[in-house]
Amino acid sequence: MNHNILTTHVDTSSETGLRTEEMLLNVGPQHPSTHGVFRLVVKIDGETIKEAIPVMGYLHRGTEKLAENLTYTQIIPYTDRMDYVSAMTNNYVLCHAVETMMGLEIPERAQFLRLIAMELNRVASHLVWWGTFLLDIGAMGPFLYAFRDRETILDLFNELCGARMTFNYMRVGGVKWDAPPGWIDKAKEFVQYMKKELNNYHQLVTGNEIFINRLIGIGKFDTKTALDYSLSGVMLRSTGVKWDLRKDEPYCIYDRFEFDVPTATEGDCMARYHLRMAEIEQSLRILEQALEQFPSEGEVMGKVPRVIRPPAGETYVRIESPRGEIGCYIASQGKDKPWRLKFRRPSFTNLQILPKLLQGENLSNMVAILGSIDIVLGEVDC
Amino acid sequence: MNTLLQQAPSWGTTLWFIVAAVLLLAVVLGFVTYAIYFERKVIGWMQLRIGPNRVGPLGLLQTVADVAKLLLKEDIRPQHADKALFTLAPILAYAPAFAVLAVMPFSDSIRFADLGIGLLYYIALSGITVLGVITAGWASNNKYSLIGGLRSAAQMISYEVPLVMSVVGIVLLTGSMNLKDIVEAQRDVWNIVPQFIGFAVFIIAAQAELNRTPFDLPEAESELVGGYHVEYSGFRFAMFMLAEYVYMFGMGALITILFFGGWLPIHPSLDFIPGIVWFILKFSIYVFLQFWIRATMPRLRVDQLMSFAWKVLLPVALFNILLTAVVVSYQNGMF
Amino acid sequence: MSDEKRKPTPEEKAAAAAEARAKAEALRKLREQEAQASQEASQVEPSQEPQEEVSAPAAKPVSEMTPEEKAAAKKAAAAEAIAKAKAAKEAKEAAEAETPVAEQQSEAVATPAKPVSEMTPEEKAAAKKAAAAEALAKAKAAKEAKEAAETGADTVDSAPDADAKAKAAAAAKAKAAAAAAAKAKAAREAGGDESGDDDAKAKAAAAAKAKAAAAAAAKAKTAQATGDEAPAEEAPKAPSKNQPYLDKYVSRISEAFGQEVIEASYINELGKEVPTLTIQNERWYQVAQYLRDDEQLSFEYLSDLHGVDYEDRLEVYYHFYSYKNRQSLAVKVKTSREESKVASVMDLWHGANWNERETFDLLGIHFPGHKDLRRILLPDDWVGYPLRKDYVQYDEEV
Repeated sequence: MNHNILTTHVDTSSETGLRTEEMLLNVGPQHPSTHGVFRLVVKIDGETIKEAIPVMGYLHRGTEKLAENLTYTQIIPYTDRMDYVSAMTNNYVLCHAVETMMGLEIPERAQFLRLIAMELNRVASHLVWWGTFLLDIGAMGPFLYAFRDRETILDLFNELCGARMTFNYMRVGGVKWDAPPGWIDKAKEFVQYMKKELNNYHQLVTGNEIFINRLIGIGKFDTKTALDYSLSGVMLRSTGVKWDLRKDEPYCIYDRFEFDVPTATEGDCMARYHLRMAEIEQSLRILEQALEQFPSEGEVMGKVPRVIRPPAGETYVRIESPRGEIGCYIASQGKDKPWRLKFRRPSFTNLQILPKLLQGENLSNMVAILGSIDIVLGEVDC
Repeated sequence: MNTLLQQAPSWGTTLWFIVAAVLLLAVVLGFVTYAIYFERKVIGWMQLRIGPNRVGPLGLLQTVADVAKLLLKEDIRPQHADKALFTLAPILAYAPAFAVLAVMPFSDSIRFADLGIGLLYYIALSGITVLGVITAGWASNNKYSLIGGLRSAAQMISYEVPLVMSVVGIVLLTGSMNLKDIVEAQRDVWNIVPQFIGFAVFIIAAQAELNRTPFDLPEAESELVGGYHVEYSGFRFAMFMLAEYVYMFGMGALITILFFGGWLPIHPSLDFIPGIVWFILKFSIYVFLQFWIRATMPRLRVDQLMSFAWKVLLPVALFNILLTAVVVSYQNGMF
Repeated sequence: MSDEKRKPTPEEKAAAAAEARAKAEALRKLREQEAQASQEASQVEPSQEPQEEVSAPAAKPVSEMTPEEKAAAKKAAAAEAIAKAKAAKEAKEAAEAETPVAEQQSEAVATPAKPVSEMTPEEKAAAKKAAAAEALAKAKAAKEAKEAAETGADTVDSAPDADAKAKAAAAAKAKAAAAAAAKAKAAREAGGDESGDDDAKAKAAAAAKAKAAAAAAAKAKTAQATGDEAPAEEAPKAPSKNQPYLDKYVSRISEAFGQEVIEASYINELGKEVPTLTIQNERWYQVAQYLRDDEQLSFEYLSDLHGVDYEDRLEVYYHFYSYKNRQSLAVKVKTSREESKVASVMDLWHGANWNERETFDLLGIHFPGHKDLRRILLPDDWVGYPLRKDYVQYDEEV
């Protein structure tokens, strides 16, 4: 939101005596490819980007400030609105933080429901990414295919918790609603269907020559840079770091299921594309196992004090959201409201590398690179 | 029509010209109306949607309603736009697109000017459209439209070269630039067979000429929001839309004439079906192909686009010319 | 299963640290004290945290004491007993930090569940092999001694008042410490014929010294943890699986910068047992650089950075991760509310860039050294720092 950046205007004269001028282009806040109200001030020389300055905050709602005056249960709906594409993981990270502080036991069935919800949401989130990413690249069709299949997931969520995007499903100590009768079977059906559909996706897009040419070698960075920029999730794994919090710091009941952590070494947009697709596959694998082992009965809410008062102290937990590492820090003073609540938002952190990646790229690549980072503006601005 | 053209100009003949032109315009507008409808329907089906279905039966009047809306819209001109050029640009883009139709033989009898250099005329006129696009991009005083306009200029000029080169083979085979002669020369076998390389180059270059997916960079909405016509609205925008679809009409007609044997039937035994029906059929296949590609393909990147034109298409087109020349020479007994 | 723990206030920490430092030389008497340790275990040092809260599961293991013991514990607080118990504890911790051999051996004997992810240095592995049998025997003896000491204490569930609980926890800790002392001895003997033994010992001593401060600060915590775990697992277990890491970090940093840069160090029981350090504000940049570049620390990943307003001070919280060592570390740096300044670590971890801007934006903490410190989420002309507790929204119309 800095306005003085707009006034810098640089003239350069080329050697041939032709006077060329760099141009400042405002990409966003209303732009089809910024995935929300994100603004990018790019200084371009022809179509080559000399410098990119991200400007954000248009969607800042002060969640962290609001949370200081809300009880923990009341905060949960606010987390839905951060990463609204994957609200379940946000729900979970908050509940998980509080539960970690209070040392609560979560009933088996609730654990399963949470895991299933999170993984379904991961699939849904990657589908949204897939569709919009291809829309950025210029392909229109895949977007609608992705949304068709995501719709099935949203319907499942609708049945589970009565909402399609802002779920408000998890509670400290468990989940709010048990799965309705037949829900598990529907979910199983979806998993089987999605497995087949994923092949179609690959056939439609993955081998396309134009698509490959647009992504290979674009937005490349190495492991060292990735770590330096605190990247996480697919952004980090695309450089060869085999790191998935579900595997390496298991939470919920992820340690009970078999799945792989796909990695790539190229660190470019193509690698990220492949990883996200592979992650859908792995999520389906987890879902398959979890739905199979789903306990036939049991409580969905653990024993939780009427008023949730985590002990005085602080905690920081992190889990794997579809976009990377989402963390939740709570400083409690033993009250029913947090003293300080802070979310480590993967979109926000991952976005930091954008100016670096954009340097020297052309405008078309800008869209591809931004898309491959996979940001959700609700989360960036929080 | 030809006889009319050769008569001494009089009020009567002028009136006839006007009537004929208006008739063609009506046909073209009808085509555009339903091409848009068809495009939306086809892409809708391909993308699991229904497409327009509200205005009129089966949504048939959707485009009419859209055009009416565009015409009734307030005419907005950006404050610091170059007024004269801003107004001129849509006309500059539209007029040549319509003018090229003058030389198209739609069937044996339905045709207007029978120019000896019909093909050259088409190519020369279609080159003017790019001026309209650049002018629009420049005059809008908008950075996005400027980039879009320049992209478009670069693209259209680059692709015009392989486009022209690819049809040289046909000219060599036929020995004429007259479009009617070219059709007549395909009695035995359509040009798509002996000139397949040329066809491939042509269809790709045509796609780029038309600024359609996967070469729709000038108006890449995910990058440039709308490209050169981002500041246009109302009937000026309608002009650009119209130009685009009329162009598609022209290109469809040209490709039908050059490669698909124009109004000629698939087999002489099917001669009883009027030539115009054949023409429309072949033409529709091409138009459908356009929509199909649009529904599935991603977009090329601007640098790849350029290198593709100069490094791939042009050499292939040149090779095609060489090959054709050799074959024609051989047939003529020069070796 | 984490138990509740109140974070020591800075005053307590400082006091404890000072005390601990004074006592650090008790280390030298370690050998003599070993014999006494088990007897002293029954003597309780008074808790330094009078209002410590203990949650239900934590309360259960707390030992019951005879009234005499209680009284003794309450009143006596015998300074020497404290010193000795502490020394014993130090020895134990040093042993844990520097000679995982002992730990592993005692585990082999007694604790099946203890996860030790840290690699044992090769020399130690060698030592372990060489003296395995001997150490085993010693460790067993240690465990037995400890169990003997505990038998009287382990039988009772939650003590009625917090005071008693705290004391009991301390008692349990003392016991564990005694056991650990024995363990340390075992370790030492295990490595006795090892050429690098002296070196190891020196290291252990250094670590123990540094640890003293931390131990004092986190005394109640460790005590409680011990009290919790010991009866549950019936093993002379370390307070936390991450304790050795914390000790390592503390020793590395204090070796490089002197122990005064570490204002406090403890295991955050509420936060997945992450080792937590509070670093002196003035030296933070150097320490941060060291944290990133040091071979053994190499925290190359900054997971999170944010500020907290505690009304009397501001704190910046860093969460680091080392992909090389697969270990987390939390660091806190304090600053005053009036002139809040914390050195920027942007050029060490680029990921700190926006986080620091956000912290500046919302809390008004300045990061000298940041290249582009301006508001990030709020408009440039925003007045005030919303996440400060005394923030009142500026409204032109009011």
